[in-house]
Amino acid sequence: MPIVAEFLIAALIVVGAFFLLVGSFALAKLPDMMRRLHGPTKATTLGVGSVLIASIAYAAVVRGSLSMHELLITLFLFLTAPVTAFMVAKAHILRDARERAKLPPTGSEKGWATLDPSPGSTDELAGFERK
Amino acid sequence: MITLACQIALVAIGLSVVFNVYRIVAGPDVLDRILALDTMVINAIALIVVIAMLFEAPTYFEAALLFAMVGFLTTVSFCKYLLRGNVIE
Repeated sequence: MPIVAEFLIAALIVVGAFFLLVGSFALAKLPDMMRRLHGPTKATTLGVGSVLIASIAYAAVVRGSLSMHELLITLFLFLTAPVTAFMVAKAHILRDARERAKLPPTGSEKGWATLDPSPGSTDELAGFERK
Repeated sequence: MITLACQIALVAIGLSVVFNVYRIVAGPDVLDRILALDTMVINAIALIVVIAMLFEAPTYFEAALLFAMVGFLTTVSFCKYLLRGNVIE
């Protein structure tokens, strides 16, 4: 295996593992839920992408064939990490009273849509009334 | 050199999983635990890919793909249940 390719693949693996470690450390150490969302969604996704790119390069150098599995995993993770962060943030706004107090006013007569009842329900007591 | 890099990566990913387990145990709300489980799944995907490179077995990538799909689905259905009270309205 040529020395440049070997060095590049090893560097990509180590950089990816470092970013995975930083993302999990951020999840363990940051004090607030909204701040804790940054680590797993940005740093961990970047780390996994780097490890998968190293795997694509390794398969290309050793076996001579470009394998599409890792590319699929990378694209899937890049697409779904923001969706995960969005849903966790939305559920956190619903559950935490201090976070709800920090929401800016909407400027119209309807409040934030996340605190409204679900669209198909006819119960007038549904929707968020926890103080 | 790639073997050494893979071993360093295995140690780092193991340490990341320990941090995630700490957040599962010590998270004050259930959402911290959900987020820590999702991060643990992504660390497991990276672990499988590194082991597939170390042992020269390309069939392990199917397992990584399955983990990615199931992990994302788990997190989204948990959050949807917490938001609405049921998963499919």
